[in-house]
Amino acid sequence: VRRVFAALAAALLCASGASGVPLPGVHQEVIDSDAIPQKLSAFGLFHFGNPKVPLGSFPYTLRTPLFSDYADKHRFVSIPAGKKARVLADGTIDFPVGTVLVKSFGWSDVADGRPVETRLLIRRAAGWIALPYIWDADGRDATLALGGRRVPVTFRSPDGETHSIRYAVPNKNQCKECHSLNGEIVPIGPKARNFVLPSDWLPEQRGWYFENPDALKTAMPIWDDAKSGSVADRARAYLDANCAHCHNPAGSASNSGLFLRWTDDPAGVNYGIGKRPTAAGRGSGGMDFAVAPGDPGRSFLIYRLESTDPGIAMPEVGRSTVHREGAALLRQWIAEMPKASH
Amino acid sequence: MPIHRFAAPLAAALLLAVPATAKTIRVEAGGVDANEKLQEALIVAEPGDIVELGAGTWALADGLSLDVAGVTIRGAGVEDGSGSILDFAGQQGAGEGLLVTSDDVFLTNFAVLNTKGDGIKSKGADRIVYHKLRVEWTAGPKETNGAYGIYPVESRDVLIDSVFVRGASDAGIYVGQSKNIVVRDSIAKENVAGIEIENSYDADVHDNLATKNTGGILVFDLPSLPMQGGHNVRVFDNIIVENDTPNFAPKGNIVASVPTGTGVLVMANRNVEIFDNVMEKNGTANVMIVGYRYEHKDPKYQPLPRAIVVRDNEHGRAGFAPAFPGGAEIAAAMGGSIPPVLWDGAGDAIVLDKVGVLSLNLPDVTTPQSAAKPSPADLSKGTPPAALPGITLPAAMEAKVQ
Repeated sequence: VRRVFAALAAALLCASGASGVPLPGVHQEVIDSDAIPQKLSAFGLFHFGNPKVPLGSFPYTLRTPLFSDYADKHRFVSIPAGKKARVLADGTIDFPVGTVLVKSFGWSDVADGRPVETRLLIRRAAGWIALPYIWDADGRDATLALGGRRVPVTFRSPDGETHSIRYAVPNKNQCKECHSLNGEIVPIGPKARNFVLPSDWLPEQRGWYFENPDALKTAMPIWDDAKSGSVADRARAYLDANCAHCHNPAGSASNSGLFLRWTDDPAGVNYGIGKRPTAAGRGSGGMDFAVAPGDPGRSFLIYRLESTDPGIAMPEVGRSTVHREGAALLRQWIAEMPKASH
Repeated sequence: MPIHRFAAPLAAALLLAVPATAKTIRVEAGGVDANEKLQEALIVAEPGDIVELGAGTWALADGLSLDVAGVTIRGAGVEDGSGSILDFAGQQGAGEGLLVTSDDVFLTNFAVLNTKGDGIKSKGADRIVYHKLRVEWTAGPKETNGAYGIYPVESRDVLIDSVFVRGASDAGIYVGQSKNIVVRDSIAKENVAGIEIENSYDADVHDNLATKNTGGILVFDLPSLPMQGGHNVRVFDNIIVENDTPNFAPKGNIVASVPTGTGVLVMANRNVEIFDNVMEKNGTANVMIVGYRYEHKDPKYQPLPRAIVVRDNEHGRAGFAPAFPGGAEIAAAMGGSIPPVLWDGAGDAIVLDKVGVLSLNLPDVTTPQSAAKPSPADLSKGTPPAALPGITLPAAMEAKVQ
């Protein structure tokens, strides 16, 4: 799909010159309005409503993504014609008004591989808005679910285990719980350090969508690719992608004092090293420290990641299964820390 | 130019005042989609709106949340049978029952029961009013209960009035990292901590009943948090009696270290006034004043209690079952009980109540507790700091509960 998509986009763009062009179907006037349509098709983001044929500007992936119950995520962005995104000094990407970030969630063995839900982050004049849509049973369109919903799904994880869960499609507020910075909605994933553009792009293609494409430098390793970084660096990438959207000084977990961004000091108390629980309740699991160096079994960060009990589990939303492989990486990271640095 | 470009600033201007179009969105318990309708009402509500909960019980599988400023959530009451009951016994997700992240919200007349995590949390929600609420874990004290019952954090201007909280495995009413706070006319029963003011500035805790908790009212400051240096807290006109529930907090949490039978506990704060309270049958102490004695790596943190004033309280029997290490031996040596005021010997405090004070003579927080040399102390000398002014909340907040 991506090749067709990119080739189509490339052909159109080459014909038109340096900047983005209106792609067939995207209803920019709906994107730009204050409307909250009941049907996803109102945005014209998919070719004839087919979730496998997106009509945005370009697809993207992340070096290390947020775990969401082993769902496959398909992401693309729609940037309005004539506008470009800009990479800011801190590596976040400033998308122009009229941009839509589209993320579809599904499993290859659920609903014939069609997505279960598609979430939109739309940059409107007044700021970003987050909208969750759940695909209809016939797979031809998706319907707004402002209040969220639990959808029963059964799938196999990579280790072969079968999971039957009530997958939680977040409500509009829960979207913001993660996508929040100082109380305003912001994108999480697309940061230069984690952002991967299509591999088949021509060198100049970046310049069609970005004012300063040279600033798009990935820094974070791929969490499950040992060749991409050390255990500690991959653990830090995992924590950045899975925790830091809340665990930063302007995020939903600011009061915890636990800050897990790629840029935070990984030896500090505020990174969890020797940090006692704050407002953790049962999440402490009877342990004294979020991270007890050398001792993953006595680190309640691990305890919370390996739980699905809502009074214990972290992250608080978006996870009904344990990410065994992610937890294993963090266990190894803690186990390899010298105990003396405690 | 499209019309919406004008509409957006106009709408913003209208929202600054309470809109003339404020409406009531009524939701009813029962029906297959009652839960979704309730959450959707909390999403589509606009500033000034009232979301009115009918009488009945919602059996909720997920946490609720409100992110619209100026909204009232009003139920039909807190009692089983006649009230509006949000029951989270079957909760599958979210860290709390109800999360509020917007300003000027008024919560009144409903109950939140048996959440897996916290009961009602408000974060960065200025001028929030909690009023006539019941937050309860109905099986009573259990380590598997959620941590906090009512939990405002990182907020300015907080009013908690006429609530009932029972069974929290941390604090029934917990105010953290906030400023300008009033907790009054409320009942905290059978929690680990009844009421806790932590890492906060300017609080009045008055006319509450704290009973059958592990510790009645706690004023704490902890290191390595964004807001610290807790100060200016008045605890007055409360009834703090019979706090004798064995500590059931999950280990590791700071409240797990609170000795059973504590009335008021001040740890590492400054300018705390404790006066005109009635305190009795607290087996460890009616008032305990201590430093933060755990290892920490926060150079900005001040671990000592300072300028603590204890005056004009009515003390009944206390200190008859001191539940800290070595407490029983000290009590035995002193004829069966220790005095009602206990100080670890670090920092400074003035105690003008006509009761005994026991000092553990641990002059700094690095001296281990095993080095305690308990002896009676006279803390009545010296000049108390100037009395703290009372807390005044914005008139619009007080008007909501009149």
